[in-house]
Amino acid sequence: MDFTFDDQQLAFRDAIRKFLMVEAAPEMLREVWETHSGRSAELRGKLADQGLTALSVPEEFGGIGQTDLDWILVHQELGYYAIPDSLTDTAYLAVYLLNNMPCDLAFKRQWLPRIAEGRARVAVGHPLNPLVSDAEMADLLLLWHDDEVHALTREQVKLTANASIDMSRRLFRVEWTPSRDTRVCPASPGRELWDGVLNRGALALSAQLLGLTHRMLDLGVDHAAQRKQFGKPVGSFQAVKHHLADVAVKAEFAEPVIHRAAYAVANEWPQRATFVSQAKLMAGEAARLSARHSIQVHGAMGYTWEADLQMFVKRAWALDSAYGDSIFHKQRVAGQVLGVDARLGPGESFAGGIERPMKGIQYG
Amino acid sequence: MRLEYTDKQNRFRAEVREWLREHVPREPLKSFDTEEGFAQHRAWERTLSTAGYSAVTWPKDMGGRGTDLVEWLIFEEEYWSAGAPLRVNQNGIFLLAPTLMEYGTEIQKRMILPRMATGEDVWAQAWSEPGAGSDMAAIRSKAVRDGDHYVITGQKTWSTRAVFADWAFGLFRTEEGSQRHHGLTFILFPLNLPGITRRPIRQLNGLPGFAEIFMDDVRVPVAYRLGEEGAGWNIAMATAGFERGLMLRSPARFQQTARLLAELLRRHPDRAAADPSLCDAVTQAWMGAEAYTLATYRTACRLAKGGHIGAEASTNKIFWSELDLQMHETAMRILGARGELMPEAPDAAGTGQWLDGFLFAQAGPIYAGTNEIQRNIIAERMLGLPR
Ligand SMILES: Cc1cc2nc3c(=O)[nH]c(=O)nc-3n(C[C@H](O)[C@H](O)[C@H](O)COP(=O)(O)OP(=O)(O)OC[C@H]3O[C@@H](n4cnc5c(N)ncnc54)[C@H](O)[C@@H]3O)c2cc1C
Repeated sequence: MDFTFDDQQLAFRDAIRKFLMVEAAPEMLREVWETHSGRSAELRGKLADQGLTALSVPEEFGGIGQTDLDWILVHQELGYYAIPDSLTDTAYLAVYLLNNMPCDLAFKRQWLPRIAEGRARVAVGHPLNPLVSDAEMADLLLLWHDDEVHALTREQVKLTANASIDMSRRLFRVEWTPSRDTRVCPASPGRELWDGVLNRGALALSAQLLGLTHRMLDLGVDHAAQRKQFGKPVGSFQAVKHHLADVAVKAEFAEPVIHRAAYAVANEWPQRATFVSQAKLMAGEAARLSARHSIQVHGAMGYTWEADLQMFVKRAWALDSAYGDSIFHKQRVAGQVLGVDARLGPGESFAGGIERPMKGIQYG
Repeated sequence: MRLEYTDKQNRFRAEVREWLREHVPREPLKSFDTEEGFAQHRAWERTLSTAGYSAVTWPKDMGGRGTDLVEWLIFEEEYWSAGAPLRVNQNGIFLLAPTLMEYGTEIQKRMILPRMATGEDVWAQAWSEPGAGSDMAAIRSKAVRDGDHYVITGQKTWSTRAVFADWAFGLFRTEEGSQRHHGLTFILFPLNLPGITRRPIRQLNGLPGFAEIFMDDVRVPVAYRLGEEGAGWNIAMATAGFERGLMLRSPARFQQTARLLAELLRRHPDRAAADPSLCDAVTQAWMGAEAYTLATYRTACRLAKGGHIGAEASTNKIFWSELDLQMHETAMRILGARGELMPEAPDAAGTGQWLDGFLFAQAGPIYAGTNEIQRNIIAERMLGLPR
């Protein structure tokens, strides 16, 4: 039993953190988000230089073959710095699908090395998300159809843009016709793969939501320490302190839950769906509270476009319902906790649990 | 990271489980806040100690098993699953002992720890005073040096288990005219010394769970001082750290409550159907208990690698005490009109432990430093907000 990350994992996390602190400043992100595509080729190139696009691509395809556990720390940073969706969708979720699909080798050879080098963007259309992120810039779209996986190019689909409250999001309705030619993976094992995408998508967003929670908390703390009223910093008033302390408590306890879920996914534990859903729920709760309280301690400044806080708040609101909203995830956890043969008590946190099939939850 | 138990850990779990199956009393003991119940619990501590189970993390020659913190967590999981009795010597074993290991002399450790392990000495905490609650630095009870003794006068209050306990530990002002946290000294004292009067205080459930301690020229040997004279505040803070931090409330306690809560709801499908928010509350309870467990495992593993417990310990105290309230409030909602029945009421039908737990949960956000004080600490020390 060792519930700590190793030095190498922490060093990589620290390096990414330093890099993003410089390269993903809020002013710069705002500028990019104002553009039509919302994405910066330059930033993508730099992310690739850091090894982020190659993280889970196997070595034989030019990547560095890391696991879900390595991603989880990176995702907390990506959340803290509000890096848009396309990196996660391409380098984590699409790579997972491509890696595990029983498709021909040529297809993998065509895409995985390009992804690793940062030269391809892949959009993933999971049925739990009503729209597809970053479809317009995608070189390849991997889409769900009756549990099959279909691969399409941008030319083969009709896109309709949908604006989100989160300015970094680029969401599209995708209309397309499934055919024999577009199908790259049948429903078996497609169904299992889409479950894998869902768990990883929810996991990635949990970690990002935790990162966002910390970012909003830090912004709240900074503001409260600087802004003076009644002759002192507002952060010296207890009501303000306690708002922020409550967020710190939520964040502190969401984190190990997210880390266990990542371990469960990486090691294919039977209880992984429950643990991932718990992570998403607790991260979402922390992020919502952080948003609310940070806005509150900012005063009117928290209600402005100008203050950077809004970027992170809106992203948290948006991600909270992606890859399964709270109803979906609560149903998954409740199905386990309230079941007749639930194994819940002391000693059941790590191994030996039993997974109940997700009755009543079908995609589509 | 490796979230699987080792073979050695699994063997330890099996051994503990087997032992508890044989030894846990079939009939629940009486409350340790009655004289008879206190004696029963003391005897249980003795039984535990025969297997080195009363304080598994202590060195073997002090009466423990020399386990690490993960094995302690495993022990606690088995202990709570087995429905074993509450620990009457909790404040000695989990709060004083870690402090003593760090600050005590070899002689003090040998004098105190083995007798604590067997339950021969049960310990009470004596920090609070009528004028010093949250503001512990306002302590006024004093200890005046007289040769190789301190002469203690003053009053302590809210001292848990002190009605029947044998020893107590607390802070006393040893420097005349000193202010706040200066000039305080950590002193251990037997509760049967001449000049000590104990007045039981009845708690919410009617039992004398804590006591006032009046001290009138009580002579305590200087050898019972822990650490240097005047260094008491820092040593006490270390104790408070353990209390909020790791060992006051083992996660298994809350996991067990969450499990029983899920079973309670399952036995009342009509209630669940009538109010689906009950399902939600039980699910939340499970999530909270798991989160607390995982956070504790993580801290235990960090400590094993040389880390320290810091200001984040204050988040623990808030988290488990609010979780405990949430769980017991949910149980009371499920029980409805029968919830008010005392455990011994004929129609309570075995649900009385929920009322007991509900009452005790009211105290969680108050003792061991109120949750408001914890929030202050988090804001100032963890987040760096101005005082
Ligand atoms: C079940 C139980 C067992 C106990 N066992 C022991 C024991 O064994 N030994 C022992 O020494 N003591 C014990 N205590 C006492 C406990 O430590 C004190 O009750 C606690 O420290 C609070 O002190 P107080 O009761 O005087 O409340 P007060 O300090 O009077 O507080 C009253 C209210 O004011 C709030 N408040 C006070 N100061 C501040 C501040 N600066 N900022 C914000 N809010 C503030 C508090 O949070 C609380 O809500 C026990 C208490 C209970 C309930």
